[in-house]
Amino acid sequence: MNVLIYLVPMALLLGLIGLVAFMWSLKSGQYDDLDGAAVRILPDDDIED
Amino acid sequence: MAETLDLSMFVERGDAGAAHMTLAVDGVACAGCIRKIEGGLTKLPGVIDARLNFTQRRLAVDWRDDKIDAASIIQTLEGMGYHAHPFAPERVDADESAQARWLLKCLAVAGFAAMNVMLLSVSVWAGNVSDMTQETRDLFHWLSALIALPAAAYAGQPFFQSAWRALRARQLNMDVPISLGVTLALALSLYETATHAVHAYFDSAIMLLFFLLCGRYLDLAMRRKTRLFAGNLASLKAEFAHRIDTSGELVQVPTAALRPGDRVLVRPGERVPADGTVISGTSDIDESLVTGETLPRAIVAGTTIYAGSINVSGALTMRVAAAGAGTLVDEVERLLEKAITTKSKTVRLADRVSRLYAPVVHATAALTAIGWLAAGASVHDAIVIAIAVLIITCPCAIALAIPAVQVVAAGSLFRGGVILNGGDAIERLAEADTVVFDKTGTLTLPNPRVDEAADIDPELLERAARLALSSRHPLAAALARKAHGRSPYPGAVEEPGQGVRALIDGAEARLGSAEFCGLAGNEPASALRDGDTSFITFTHAGKSATIAIRQSLRPGAVPVTKALRERGLRLMVLSGDRAAAVAPVAAALGISDWRAGVTPAEKIAVIERLQSQGWRVLMVGDGLNDAPALAAADVSLSPIAAAHLTQAHADAVFLGEHLEPVLRAVVVARRARALMKQNLGLAAIYNALAVPLAIAGVVTPLIAAVAMSGSSLLVTLNALRARLVAPETIRGRNWSVGEPDSAPAPSLAASHRPGLEAKENPPHDQRPQLSESLHA
Repeated sequence: MNVLIYLVPMALLLGLIGLVAFMWSLKSGQYDDLDGAAVRILPDDDIED
Repeated sequence: MAETLDLSMFVERGDAGAAHMTLAVDGVACAGCIRKIEGGLTKLPGVIDARLNFTQRRLAVDWRDDKIDAASIIQTLEGMGYHAHPFAPERVDADESAQARWLLKCLAVAGFAAMNVMLLSVSVWAGNVSDMTQETRDLFHWLSALIALPAAAYAGQPFFQSAWRALRARQLNMDVPISLGVTLALALSLYETATHAVHAYFDSAIMLLFFLLCGRYLDLAMRRKTRLFAGNLASLKAEFAHRIDTSGELVQVPTAALRPGDRVLVRPGERVPADGTVISGTSDIDESLVTGETLPRAIVAGTTIYAGSINVSGALTMRVAAAGAGTLVDEVERLLEKAITTKSKTVRLADRVSRLYAPVVHATAALTAIGWLAAGASVHDAIVIAIAVLIITCPCAIALAIPAVQVVAAGSLFRGGVILNGGDAIERLAEADTVVFDKTGTLTLPNPRVDEAADIDPELLERAARLALSSRHPLAAALARKAHGRSPYPGAVEEPGQGVRALIDGAEARLGSAEFCGLAGNEPASALRDGDTSFITFTHAGKSATIAIRQSLRPGAVPVTKALRERGLRLMVLSGDRAAAVAPVAAALGISDWRAGVTPAEKIAVIERLQSQGWRVLMVGDGLNDAPALAAADVSLSPIAAAHLTQAHADAVFLGEHLEPVLRAVVVARRARALMKQNLGLAAIYNALAVPLAIAGVVTPLIAAVAMSGSSLLVTLNALRARLVAPETIRGRNWSVGEPDSAPAPSLAASHRPGLEAKENPPHDQRPQLSESLHA
């Protein structure tokens, strides 16, 4: 059961990282325009031809 | 136009000449549009940034004020083919998006906490049936407490705050038992952990919060979406007024920027932008949107005119006034105030359930404790079992039962072209058993149509329609719809108040009054027969035609009223118009119960009398004179073309020309209400199964978790059925709003030529956009 000594903190840390990442994405406005993000990737205007 | 456009009221100023503006943009459909708009604007000198929000169809522009102005940005957009109008953000919008963010944060915290606590709980459940030592279990329980307690303190705030507000007002709402259940579950678990007990309920408490927050967030998201859409529509519909500055110069300003005392020029064919008095000029005014009266009223200097009426013949100069005592607007506002304060408070289904629910649950828990004590259990055991009863009855499914259906039904109505102002309108719609219609603009179309087209040589009619394109007169506008997109004749001259003339194929053509066309005294006898019809005369190369223009019924009015009657609704027409104009409409729809010449106060009186007889009244109206009646009725609908004040007091607004959304609203609402009751039934069955187990003291955290998530999922899935509306509501009619109303509008005389009916879609129609934004 000694494995728990590092498995448990690791699990908690991973969960915390997930939460922080979500909060960051929320704060940086990534959920403000969900439909726009879906169509904005379509044009190829960033490729030089 | 030499006139300057003043948009300063919409522009936010930063430092050093930086300016910012948000615009509602119409016609954005794809990735190409985003690129075109953003690229086109950032290329303009002085524009710093342009960012289009595709979800909201709103464009944020930043620019330097010394290089470019707001008007030229809008002009550039118009040049690219996009209709745009500055958007004035409302307080409600900002509050709601802040609340949505907060709920999403709470949801995230609850979600991540639930995942991690569940990870530990599953280990404990597995360990309990295998070889887990007590020390490891205690460690896992403490870890769960470490995650669950702060998470619940944060994510539970929406419920705790709402419960606290209710308790302070000495009331009970659904959040009171929720808060109590969560708090007790956490407290009990903490105590059990400290005493090395086998069961802890941290996972139940945090999962409950997660499910409930999902419901809350979806509910708010749906409301925001409809409000956003309604806000864009209102912005794009906003009109401009020609203000006369002190220097005598004409400045085009948004009507919202007009202040009392401003002098405004109203040209023929334009809408009066604000209430006020006429300073100079004579004209006729069509006040159908204000009073429901379809005959134009003669106007001279000194007369009071109201926003929303249409100037028919001559140019007017008016002075904007605040609503003075004794005017119609003043009376409407006074009646509105009264109607809102006396509005019978219908108790919402959820509140009724929660009033019943909380006492029953708390009594059951208390009785359980007493029962176990009487049966000889220890105080500790009795309290633990009583709290287990509270946890298992925590109204997860009940709290989701109603909002879940509301969200799905509101979405279904939105796709059908009905925009709800509030979620509880669905319940009130479902309970309505009487429908009171206004006539002008509600049962009939807001704009008059050409009638009896069959009697006229189609070629002549087409020429008349093309000539009508050069006139600003409202009757000409009705005729111009028959031009089928052809261009106006070059060199056409309009003589205000009389008509238009032009040379067609070398011969002079005239369109206008009979005198103007030299045919005075030649009007058809039917002009005397029916006061609701206006005539316009056309002469060309020796041939002449008299074209009748009249109010016509909204498409679908006949089948919709029939279908409403079949569903057991009592129908009634209350109109401010003359009896001669109301009778044929009522007869065409088979409504025997109608009254004409009704004042706003009388409309309220009729509705209140109906209510006192026990009828639940759905009022459908568009005029300013309907606003108090809409507020007084149990539930109300108004078409998108309605007066602003009227729309603000309606529970829902419907789009398009067809009357069918009224029927759809009733059908979807009734179905939604049935589903809400079903959901409450499902939640009750769940409680009936789980509560005896809890009372018997055999509920483990595992059973609680399974029962709770199972019932929540069941209720949510059942709510999804509100999407499926019986397709045969009106036979042979496509439900899609995205599709233009190609069905010909049945005129009252019921004589029309198929193929001559113009499609009524303006070049920038909002409806395709609606369906697109929903497909996305």
